[in-house]
Amino acid sequence: MTDAVIEQPQALVRVSNVQKYFPVTAGLILPRKVGDVRAVDGISFTINRGETLGLVGESGSGKSTLGRCIVQLLKQTEGQIQFDGVELSDLGGNDLRAMRRRINMIFQDPYSSLSPRLTAGKIIGEPIEIHKLAASAAERRERVEELLRIVGLNPYMADRYPHEFSGGQRQRIGIARAIAAEPEFIVADEPVSALDVSIQAQVINLLQDLQERFNLTYLLIAHDLSVVRHISDRVAVMYLGKLMEIAPCDDLYEEPQHPYTKALLSAVPVPDPKVERAREHVVLQGDIPSPIAPPSGCVFHTRCPIAVRECAETVPPLQEVAPGHLTACLRVGPNAI
Amino acid sequence: MTKLLEVENLKTHFFSRNAVVKAVDGVTFDLEEGESLALVGESGCGKSVTAMSIMRLIPSPPGRIVDGAIRFMGQDLLQADDSTIRSIRGNEIGMVFQEPMTSLNPVLSIERQLSESVEEHLHVSKTAAIDRAAELLDLVGIPGGKQRLKDYPHQFSGGMRQRVMIAMALSCNPKLLIADEPTTALDVTIQAQVLELIRKVQRELGVSVIIITHNLGVVARYVDRINVMYAGRIVERGKLDDIFEDPQHPYTKGLLASVPRLDRPKGSRLVPIDGMPPDLSALPEGCAFRERCTFAIDQCATDAPTVRPVGIGEGHEAACWVADQGAGSSEHVLGVATDD
Repeated sequence: MTDAVIEQPQALVRVSNVQKYFPVTAGLILPRKVGDVRAVDGISFTINRGETLGLVGESGSGKSTLGRCIVQLLKQTEGQIQFDGVELSDLGGNDLRAMRRRINMIFQDPYSSLSPRLTAGKIIGEPIEIHKLAASAAERRERVEELLRIVGLNPYMADRYPHEFSGGQRQRIGIARAIAAEPEFIVADEPVSALDVSIQAQVINLLQDLQERFNLTYLLIAHDLSVVRHISDRVAVMYLGKLMEIAPCDDLYEEPQHPYTKALLSAVPVPDPKVERAREHVVLQGDIPSPIAPPSGCVFHTRCPIAVRECAETVPPLQEVAPGHLTACLRVGPNAI
Repeated sequence: MTKLLEVENLKTHFFSRNAVVKAVDGVTFDLEEGESLALVGESGCGKSVTAMSIMRLIPSPPGRIVDGAIRFMGQDLLQADDSTIRSIRGNEIGMVFQEPMTSLNPVLSIERQLSESVEEHLHVSKTAAIDRAAELLDLVGIPGGKQRLKDYPHQFSGGMRQRVMIAMALSCNPKLLIADEPTTALDVTIQAQVLELIRKVQRELGVSVIIITHNLGVVARYVDRINVMYAGRIVERGKLDDIFEDPQHPYTKGLLASVPRLDRPKGSRLVPIDGMPPDLSALPEGCAFRERCTFAIDQCATDAPTVRPVGIGEGHEAACWVADQGAGSSEHVLGVATDD
C-alpha cells in the first residue's frame, strides 16, 4: 500500500514507501530465518531545501533506523530514497562517496562517536582529506581551525584528544566534522540528548546558527518533543515503524490529530507548575509492542484510548486533514468512523 | 507536620591521589512527613551523592562523609552503627535507582529479589514473603503480578523493571522513598506512567518522596518543594510555584531560560548558560557559579554566599549576594524566552 506523498517541487529529500526489515534467525549451526523485525515499515515524506524536519518517536519506533537508511549507512529493504532527484540506493563506490559529501550525520553519543586515538583536528580534517577539499596540509589545517571557531571552540584545541573535552565540546567536534565537507543536508540523530540542560541550549543554538549561515537542511531525530518544537519547521511522528502523523510544527503541537501524538504530547512535562495543573494528562497503558509481530490493522490500536473494532482490521492510510497536515487514523478526518 | 529527615551541613568528599573532589560541600535541607521534595541540578552537582550519603552507600575509599549530620526521625544516621543502618536501609528508607537494567540482579527471579528484603526486615516466613511480593507487583501495576513472580529481569521491559524497582523499594512500607532519576532511561509515555505511580504511592501510602532529577518538567508536575543544587551546594530552595514564578538565583533563572518548552512556539531563541560547571576538585574562591553568572559583583569573587531568605514566598531562600536586589525581575534575565 502506498500512502499519499505530499508533492513539493522544491523537495531535496524524497522518501517513498521505505521499509527496513532485519531478519530474525533461529538455530546456532544452521541459522534459518524465522521472521523479521519491521523497524521501518512503509514511510513516505519529503524534506524541502533549507527546512528542518523533526522526526519523533519512542525507542523502537524506527526513527534512527530510518535516519541511517537516509544517509545509506543501512540499505533499505524496499522503497526509494531520493536526494536531489538521485536514487541513493542505486549509487555505489565513487558515486556514493561523492554523494556523501553532500549528506552528513551528527550522532547521539559524543563519547563513543569520536575515535579516542585521533586528535580533534584529525577527526575534523578527515572529511576534508577524503573529499580532497584542501590543496595542502597547511590549507587543511587552516580550514580545521576555521571550523573549530565556527562551532565555538578554540583553534588551539585541534591538537587535543577527545577525552580532554567535555560532552558539550565533543558534540561541537562532531558537528564540526559533519559540516567540514560543506554538506547540504544533515541527519542529526539525538544530537543533544546526552548533554546537560544548560549545555543543550548552547548546542541547539549552534545548530540553528549553522543552518542559517550555510543554508542547511536538517532531519532532526529526537525523542524530546520540546527540543523538536523549538527547531523544526515540520514534524513527523513515528510509532512501530509507521508514520502516524506529519504536520507543520505549530499545527502538530497546537492541533494534534492522532491519538498517539496527543498522548505523546501530554506525557511531556512542561517546566511550569501553573501550565501543568491546567493540562490534560493522557497516560497510555502498556508498552510499545514487539516490531517482530506488530499488531494487525493500526499498529497503535493495542494502546489507543479510542480504538474500535475496525482499527484491528484495517491499516489506516495517511490522509490530509488540514493543509500539509497528514494523519493515519481511522477515527480522524472527514471519513472518520 | 513533623520533620522526617534533616540534613545538616553535609559534606561528602572523594579523595584521589592528588585531589579532593568536594562532591557535596555543605548541604542543608529537611523533609516533612508526607511531603515530596526535588533535588534538581545537572550532572556533577552532587544530587546523587547527597542521596547516597543519606543511605550511607558512599563507597569508601575513595569517598567519605567528612562533616555534617543526617537525622532521620530524630536519629543521626552518621553516628549509627552498621546493623542500625541496615535495618533503616530498605526498611524505613527505600531507594529507586536510575538504571533499572543494571540495578536488578539478572540471575535471580523477581520473586527472590522482592521477597528477600521482606524476609530480612519484616521477619516473616518465606511463603508470607512471597505473598507480599505478589501483592507488591499488583500495587505497582504489573499486570498478572502473581504469574510474573518467577520471571527474570530480562523478561520485563524498561518501564516494567522500574516498577519492579519501586515495588522493591516499597516492600517494607518505608517512610521515605528516594528516587534517583527514576525516569531518565525511559520513554516519555512510560515516564508518565512511572511518575504517576510514584505520586500514587505518595498519596495513598503517605510515603515521603525525594525525587532527584535534572528535568525541570518532571519537577513541575510532581513535587511540593524544590532544592536547586550547583557544584555541591544548594543554591536556591522554595515552594514549587515560588521557584518557577519568582526564581532568585541566577543559576535557577538560567536553567529555566535554557530549556526549550513544549508550549512555546518556534522562533524564540534559547538563552544558554555560558561556560561549564566548575571542576569540583578545584572550586574557585567565593561563589562557584560566579564565572558563568551575568550579575556577578566583586563580593562574589571573595565570599561564598550562604542561603538567606529571598523573594516573598515562605521558605524561599537563595545563596546569592545579588538575589533580590541587583538581579532584577525574571523577565530581565529570561529575555525573549518569556514573551508568551
